[in-house]
Amino acid sequence: MNTFLPAVRSEVAKITSTRMWWILALVLFVYVLAMAGGLAALLGAGSDGSLPGVTTTGSVPTAGIAPLIYSFASSIGYVFPVLLGALAVTGEVRHQTLTPTFLATPRRGVVLLAKLLVLLAFGALFGVIGLVASVGGGGGVLAAFGIETELGSSDTWAMFARLILAMALWAAVGIGLGSIVTNQVAVIVIVIAFTQFVEPVLRSVGALADWIGDIVQFLPGAASDTLVGTSIFGLVSTGADGLEWWAGALILGGIAAVLTALGALTTWRRDVT
Amino acid sequence: MTDVRTIEVEAVTKRFGAVAAVNSLSFQVAPGRVTGFLGPNGAGKTTTLRMLLGLVRPTEGRATFGGVAYADLDSPLRTVGAALEAASFHPGRSARNHLAILATASRIPRARIDATLDLVGLSEFADRRVGGYSLGMRQRLGLASALLGDPGVLVLDEPINGLDPEGIKWIRSLLRALAGEGRTVLVSSHLLSEVQQSVDDVIIIARGELVHEGTLSSLSAGDSLSVLVDAPDRAALAAALSAAGFTVTAARAGLVVVGVEAEEVGRAAFAAGVPLSTLHRQSSGLEETFLHLVGGDR
Ligand SMILES: Nc1ncnc2c1ncn2[C@@H]1O[C@H](COP(=O)(O)OP(=O)(O)OP(=O)(O)O)[C@@H](O)[C@H]1O
Ligand SMILES: [Mg+2]
Repeated sequence: MNTFLPAVRSEVAKITSTRMWWILALVLFVYVLAMAGGLAALLGAGSDGSLPGVTTTGSVPTAGIAPLIYSFASSIGYVFPVLLGALAVTGEVRHQTLTPTFLATPRRGVVLLAKLLVLLAFGALFGVIGLVASVGGGGGVLAAFGIETELGSSDTWAMFARLILAMALWAAVGIGLGSIVTNQVAVIVIVIAFTQFVEPVLRSVGALADWIGDIVQFLPGAASDTLVGTSIFGLVSTGADGLEWWAGALILGGIAAVLTALGALTTWRRDVT
Repeated sequence: MTDVRTIEVEAVTKRFGAVAAVNSLSFQVAPGRVTGFLGPNGAGKTTTLRMLLGLVRPTEGRATFGGVAYADLDSPLRTVGAALEAASFHPGRSARNHLAILATASRIPRARIDATLDLVGLSEFADRRVGGYSLGMRQRLGLASALLGDPGVLVLDEPINGLDPEGIKWIRSLLRALAGEGRTVLVSSHLLSEVQQSVDDVIIIARGELVHEGTLSSLSAGDSLSVLVDAPDRAALAAALSAAGFTVTAARAGLVVVGVEAEEVGRAAFAAGVPLSTLHRQSSGLEETFLHLVGGDR
């Protein structure tokens, strides 16, 4: 009997039958809305001279600012799909639900693949939610200040599509990480420490020396920026300007695949006692 | 019920590092009977059942359902229903959703969810989050998970733990009914008395090894018989019984005579004209035989 499709549907039911997914989605939405709306307001106020200290109208450049603000959905929102992905695995370990899961689907690889597929979809959904927040908040404020929202441009919409893909891949990274480090708290610490601290430091250093820059572009955050093509970090460091967007997708997807494969070969094969 | 199978455990050994949890254990569990899987804490019951269910990999040997490993069963939840000790549920999920997830993964008709919830008496709490459940309610949900696929084989680890007297009575008759329908029923416990009324066969393990396998009555064969007797004039009674050729030992509550029926002791006392205050047949009891078996050299 084919067990993959039932396992996929069962994984969807697992996520939707607890509150975690919409709590994360809600926080993602509010966080991105506030940040995108806030930055747009700051830039808008700066460009029309209403910001104290900025005297000349037009002294803050506004061209190309809209996509940057829209990309907040992934540049600051990526943590949420990672968490959802990681929790999909670590939650089963923590609540000992691996027992019923493996009783229903004894082929453990099938379970992990089903989780990957389902989390790609939920990651994409988080991408859409993040975009609604960044476009709704950021774009709305920009429009209020009379700044070009660039929503008529096909480039912007192509960027949206790439951003949704990036968020899907981030969720898959979460699955991989969770299947290796099954401790929920440890996963959260690793994700935050690596992406918020280690990688930014390395990327700043990478901007100084070419050979470091070559390595840095294979880090997940840089790969994600390459894929999306616009990011707040792109302003302060030149990480991956040599790579095409699809290469970023391959790198990010590759990281997810390698992590998941490692988890499948180690933690996932252990005795469930 | 689709598929009734015999449980076959063939020389399984499990070592956790230096700990030999199960040691070259073999037994069979037949359909149509309730089999008690007994042993003291740490004897290796849970480990054996988890090996049977493919959750723990045996160090040696194999455990199958009629020759087929759990993972190779066509439709595991419809063939084998298992409820393991410390039944594990996500605290934020309702009982109904827990069962729905299992049903979805195993293509079990959704009508079975309400039917099993009803059967285990959880209908009224079905949409509450499991985090708020009592131990007994969790046990019932574990049992519901096992029964969901209407399986021909049931593997239940300490299902009676945490149930109230009414629940215990109910589960005993449920086990009998399931076996009566021809299913294979294996139920573990660390207390013989807990399952004594409902099992046909027993498999007793201690320290990971088999110490007894057979029918429940085979266990009582080793039972020794004795009679407790007492009289207001205990010395006269002792003299009379000794004169009648019985071996008498003094106990706090009276005199103990081994290897005879109460009737013989009563007749001897009557013949000697000693009025009795107590005459009581003692059986060392299955529980004692059980303790003797598993106690070994401990
Ligand atoms: N994951 C594990 N790692 C190390 N040792 C283990 C593990 N699981 C079980 N053991 C050991 O294996 C032995 C058998 O344990 P098991 O849980 O199978 O006993 P049990 O018969 O089910 O006991 P109980 O009646 O207390 O449930 C024990 O000594 C236990 O400490
Ligand atoms: Mg146990």
